[in-house]
Amino acid sequence: MNRKLSFSLGALAIFIMLLGPMDFTPFGLPWSGLKTYPTYALTLWLVTAIAAMGVNLIVGYAGLETLAQAAFLGIGAYTSALMHRNGVPFAVCFLTAGAVCFLVGIVLGFPALRVQKHYLAFVTLAFSVFVWLVIRNEEWLTGGTESLKNVRRPVIFGISLQRPEIYYYWFVAGVTLLLAFLMWWLIRSPWGRAFTALRENPIRAESLGIDVRGYTLTAFAIGSAYGGFAGSLLGPLIGILDPNSFVLSKSLEYMLIVVAGGSGYFLGPFVGAAVAVLLPEWLRFAQDYYLIIFALLVILLMAFFPTGIVGLFERLTTRARRPHADDKGPTLGGPSLGTPSTPAGSTTVAGAKT
Amino acid sequence: MTDFVQLVIAGLATGAIYALAAVGFTLLWQTSQTINFAQGEFVMLPAFFALAGMKFLGLPFPVAALAAILLSMLTLGVLFKTVIVDPLHKQGTLPLVISTIGLAILLREGVKEFYSAEAQRFPSFFPDINLGTAANRGGSGFNVSADQIGVLIVATATILLLAWFLSSTKTGRQMQATAQNPTVARILGVNVERMVMYTFLINGALAAMASLLISPIYLAKFSSGETLGLVAFVAAIVGGFNQVRGAIAGGFLIGIADNLVAAYVSSTYRQAVPLAFLVLIILVRPQGLLGRAEERAV
Repeated sequence: MNRKLSFSLGALAIFIMLLGPMDFTPFGLPWSGLKTYPTYALTLWLVTAIAAMGVNLIVGYAGLETLAQAAFLGIGAYTSALMHRNGVPFAVCFLTAGAVCFLVGIVLGFPALRVQKHYLAFVTLAFSVFVWLVIRNEEWLTGGTESLKNVRRPVIFGISLQRPEIYYYWFVAGVTLLLAFLMWWLIRSPWGRAFTALRENPIRAESLGIDVRGYTLTAFAIGSAYGGFAGSLLGPLIGILDPNSFVLSKSLEYMLIVVAGGSGYFLGPFVGAAVAVLLPEWLRFAQDYYLIIFALLVILLMAFFPTGIVGLFERLTTRARRPHADDKGPTLGGPSLGTPSTPAGSTTVAGAKT
Repeated sequence: MTDFVQLVIAGLATGAIYALAAVGFTLLWQTSQTINFAQGEFVMLPAFFALAGMKFLGLPFPVAALAAILLSMLTLGVLFKTVIVDPLHKQGTLPLVISTIGLAILLREGVKEFYSAEAQRFPSFFPDINLGTAANRGGSGFNVSADQIGVLIVATATILLLAWFLSSTKTGRQMQATAQNPTVARILGVNVERMVMYTFLINGALAAMASLLISPIYLAKFSSGETLGLVAFVAAIVGGFNQVRGAIAGGFLIGIADNLVAAYVSSTYRQAVPLAFLVLIILVRPQGLLGRAEERAV
């Protein structure tokens, strides 16, 4: 029954999300929808959430650290924009952006994950700087600091998404739903469930025959592909591509977004992206200091509620119910607040590895 | 050839500074398993302590520099440990990593909003004299500035002092024991908590030293922590994550390579040097040049 309730709530939320920004005055209703800029902000939120979903797969489910999501957005954005400019259909550009990022993810992750999982963080960190350098320096390709101008929005079934703003919003919302469903299915597939085993106890998972490196590498590549998809949608949204959108600190922000929202929770990336993208639009007075406030929020969350906002919300709402062995339990290493019933054996192993 | 020697000397000077940052990073990792993603910002910040001291309190430069070192030990050492690392240790590695990333953004944006977004000129300890055979800087012949030699001497002396402290004093050896095996160290009567605190203090001081030495060369800027942090991590990994002398070697190596690449290969891609090193070392010798292989890396 609870599952049914949450399903209808989700459907309702999606329904409101899709129709809320629409102008209903032609139908005689007193709601004129959202103006261009708020609709743009909502679209940006969805694009950020797609990229964050990828980070969530890498961080929340596979237990790795990636500091290159903005770089993957950059790769996806420029790949897609340059192909689209040369007359390739947008669907092909979009898929290529994801595929390129997937392959780069494999090439990047393979050497790093051979050694130690923290090494992925360092390799991706260095890779972020490298991608930014290439985007900035290779002016013949990317326009460099002069930026790539006039990134057009696609034409789908003969309808140009250039304007009104809500057309592109609907398009991005559709893609987000599709990618979210794909992620949801992925996490619940046997392949995805192996992650839960991995995350909870890597040594045991390995001894049960799970190819730890293969799994984590694929997770990293798929998460990076989501960055590429998001990048492909970001270019047409903004209309201009600038190297500074893909600097290292943006990659770090994606990490914070996911963890603030709740890593390892399906809705975490959406909540985190809302905090990072939509909230500053309301808190206009704090614009300059928003990043400082956000960073402080994350540090406080980590100290007191490491499961993030969604995790905190879940703890508050399910306090009365008995905790059950659900696959979306707390994710962060070590014995955490949400699982008082962790078997003693698993904590010893986790403690022994550090 | 003179070009090459000049570049190597310049590389040794910046490399010595990178080594300071990398050694601090390695020490924190060894004694408290703290992967400090804010290490670059730790090197960026003390220069601004000194600048603020001179600007707002009117302190002379040497006093401001000393104050900056002490303040760094207090904030980047004691405060960092008690406010961020200690409460987060029981939550596991990832929350701590995220927290240091948050701290990096906090420090960077804080300096940008509350001090300045512009690169700041920073005074040097050393006189602006050319010690080479060229008549003046940029002239033909051999160019070596007193600044480079001074940086090299001060940074190397700091590292040697630290190495001596770690290997030859009782406290230093207790710190090493803590790093190797905290449980056994505790049984043998080492005050582990105090030793961990010492590493944080040393890291604060090393970061401040690096900051005061590098800022006259590359200017003090809120965003400079990105590159510095990256170089520190990579130096630590290239040298060997679990060895202090590895971090020193890694720092010098990257400093020299950085200068040579900028001169002979491409100055626009000099920042890619750490990535190249990182990938190479991971493929060829994952435990680092001087590191020991870890038994179990999960």
